[in-house]
Amino acid sequence: MASSYLSKSKHMIMQSLKSKKVLMSIIMRHTSFVTNSQFCRPFHIQNYADSSVALSRSFGSIYCERRLHTATSVSNKITKELAVNMYTNMVTLQVMDTIFYEAQRQGRISFYLTTIGEEAINIASAAALNINDFIFPQYREPGVLLWRGFSLQEFANQVFGNKYDYGKGRQMPIHYGSKKLNYITVASTVATQIPHAVGAAYSMKMDKQYSCTVTYFGDGGSSTVNYKLINNFIFVIFLFILLKTLLQGDFHAALNFAAVMEAPVIFFCRNNGWAISTPINDQLRSDGIVVRGKAYGVPSIRVDGNDALAVYSAVNDARKMAIEQQTPVLIEALTYRAGHHSTSDDSTKYRPVDEIEWWRADQNPVTRFRKWIETKGWWSDETESEHRSNIRKQLSQAIQAAERVEKPPVADMFNDVYDVPPKNLSEQEALLRKTIKKHIHEYQSDVPM
Amino acid sequence: MASIFQVIGAATAAVSSSTSFDTKKFQLCSRRSVSERKSSFVVVKASGSNRIGSRADQLVTNAVATKADTPPAASKPGHELLLFEALREGLEEEMERDARVCVMGEDVGHYGGSYKVTKGLADKYGDLRVLDTPIAENSFTGMGIGAAMTGLRPIIEGMNMGFLLLAFNQISNNCGMLHYTSGGQFKIPVVIRGPGGVGRQLGAEHSQRLESYFQSIPGIQMVACSTPYNAKGLMKAAIRSDNPVILFEHVLLYNLKERIPDEEYVLNLEEAEMVRPGEHVTILTYSRMRYHVMQAAKTLVNKGYDPEVIDIRSLKPFDLYTIGNSIKKTHLVLIVEECMRTGGIGASLTAAINENFNDYLDAPIVCLSSQDVPTPYAGTLEEWTVVQPPQIVAAVEQLCR
Repeated sequence: MASSYLSKSKHMIMQSLKSKKVLMSIIMRHTSFVTNSQFCRPFHIQNYADSSVALSRSFGSIYCERRLHTATSVSNKITKELAVNMYTNMVTLQVMDTIFYEAQRQGRISFYLTTIGEEAINIASAAALNINDFIFPQYREPGVLLWRGFSLQEFANQVFGNKYDYGKGRQMPIHYGSKKLNYITVASTVATQIPHAVGAAYSMKMDKQYSCTVTYFGDGGSSTVNYKLINNFIFVIFLFILLKTLLQGDFHAALNFAAVMEAPVIFFCRNNGWAISTPINDQLRSDGIVVRGKAYGVPSIRVDGNDALAVYSAVNDARKMAIEQQTPVLIEALTYRAGHHSTSDDSTKYRPVDEIEWWRADQNPVTRFRKWIETKGWWSDETESEHRSNIRKQLSQAIQAAERVEKPPVADMFNDVYDVPPKNLSEQEALLRKTIKKHIHEYQSDVPM
Repeated sequence: MASIFQVIGAATAAVSSSTSFDTKKFQLCSRRSVSERKSSFVVVKASGSNRIGSRADQLVTNAVATKADTPPAASKPGHELLLFEALREGLEEEMERDARVCVMGEDVGHYGGSYKVTKGLADKYGDLRVLDTPIAENSFTGMGIGAAMTGLRPIIEGMNMGFLLLAFNQISNNCGMLHYTSGGQFKIPVVIRGPGGVGRQLGAEHSQRLESYFQSIPGIQMVACSTPYNAKGLMKAAIRSDNPVILFEHVLLYNLKERIPDEEYVLNLEEAEMVRPGEHVTILTYSRMRYHVMQAAKTLVNKGYDPEVIDIRSLKPFDLYTIGNSIKKTHLVLIVEECMRTGGIGASLTAAINENFNDYLDAPIVCLSSQDVPTPYAGTLEEWTVVQPPQIVAAVEQLCR
């Protein structure tokens, strides 16, 4: 299955991805997640690969049935409040992404990176975690921050780089960070957060804290997540990994080390099929990421990343497993990067438009989850449009407010390089101020001195 | 930055001891250098910025203040130890003082470290606090950074500085930058240390001078130790500093013996050390080259010259105050370093001095450094690649003419 998956064309990849979804929902119906053996076994879907007839675009009815089964298996854990909360956050994330993307296109912000297609991963995984869990994100996980309470205004402040930005305007947009929400600032470097998560887990283990770290990464990278144990608080160090970071050396060493140290870390790999323009079969020839976890002795599981309930369930159980059994866990979430890599990218140059459209339409995680909560009677069209217009209004207000706020002062260019500015930096600052004063007309006036 | 000043009494005791290097013995000029140091100490404090001064006031209470004029004791005060033991002592004292301090590196645990700097610590503090890591420098440096961001104060040991080239990504992109890019939310109080420099036939890959590669990284501090006294003091200061500090040790200096004070002392990370005051020429050096310079100084004194030798210690940022005062006195500068000619510490120091003290120089700065070649394995060739005392003597004679 692995080789067939990787050597086929993109169309076939899509099909096999769909087949995996079918398989996963069946598996979820029948099995529990907690036992090690389940986690270690990668899923072989040889028998399902031929059921491509079920994977045609008109498999809505079959799919719907599977989703109901999926829902049933975890529905006892999901209260109405949680479900509605998750859904509204997913919608907020989607609207936020759309509006900020538009703002970039209009030239109001310099850069943006959307999470379109991965809303379920963002929100559902965050929902299964505790606020005390340290998150080591890659860059496509602002939904976790959103879930934890980062306001739309705070997002806007960061992308506009104004003086209210917690990063003091020093980083590119989408490089959010919040110490109080235990979300480590995004660094542009790929996979460097993986060993950080291991270190954080080590730190927690030293403190004997019952928590864990979580790290997210994509298919291009691998990051590791460490769990630290903290008394009476269970938090996870959650690491988001892109597929593309998996190929970085940091991933392998960190995963290996987490296994050796028995550090409770959740490695969450967002396998979205693309590393900018490189498709998955140009990235790796193994059976995805799950086998790599197994190779390092880490319990691993593959999940349908577009099924919010599946992601919630997986992270929930992984967290419990990691903390109780003191082991790292690798979760590979299959999904699709429905948007472009970032505003500097036009993905129609390397993939067919109808492929993108199909994923946006039928496999949209937001739509799928909406159908589920609607069948439960917890949501309706009115609440949907009300929520969406509400968020749009809040966002435009936030953007307008953020645009008007002045930028961070010149002093912030030299602060925080060290704890106290050394002499040479003070001299350089004085020189810069003198230069600006002398040529006041050459410099922008919106940066306060 | 940490601005903990030297304890004067401790300096007296330390300086009066003899330091042995191989079979040669040097007498560090005790009384004169102490008084020099005392005066520079006072002046620096007075002219330093208010902020640094006030922080020093807070921190000095930790150090033991001894009387300025300690009478020469019949039984020498302090205890004698080797440089690697001094490092260990500093490390151990800090681990005792602060439970957040931990060590990670290859073979630091039960093996005690390749140069025995962490010997015995794993037995005392446990396997988790003195952690053996797999051979993945980038990853365990990253681990240290992650641990630092979540509250620990790790010391990351590279078995050889050259291996830290693998960790360059983490050191530059994350160590140096994360405090800044997170808007000050996350601080990275790591100490990255390890032996570097040209050893005895270790081969090109294990004889690198990483200080020249790291010196541009914003956000980090670099210090180089050269004696057991300053090794312990700098180690402690580096651990207490909230900034990421890279502490450069030298492979050949680990067995230096010196008598150091019993009392606790912490040195200033940004201060240079006056090794031998003089009038004719300022010789700036650090790490192993200090001993080559002192050897050359003996010859120079016999020939009638009076060199002023300063161990710059702080490689980033440079202590331009001490260096400047010296230049204003002698007007001639010779830099002796182990780095390569291109882009080394000497090159940066030359540029910094030229920019700041050009008016005080009587002659262009002379910089003696290694050639731009990978260090050869053959013993003779390796010796020729490092600056030797006769070259230093010749350079001073040339300068002073």
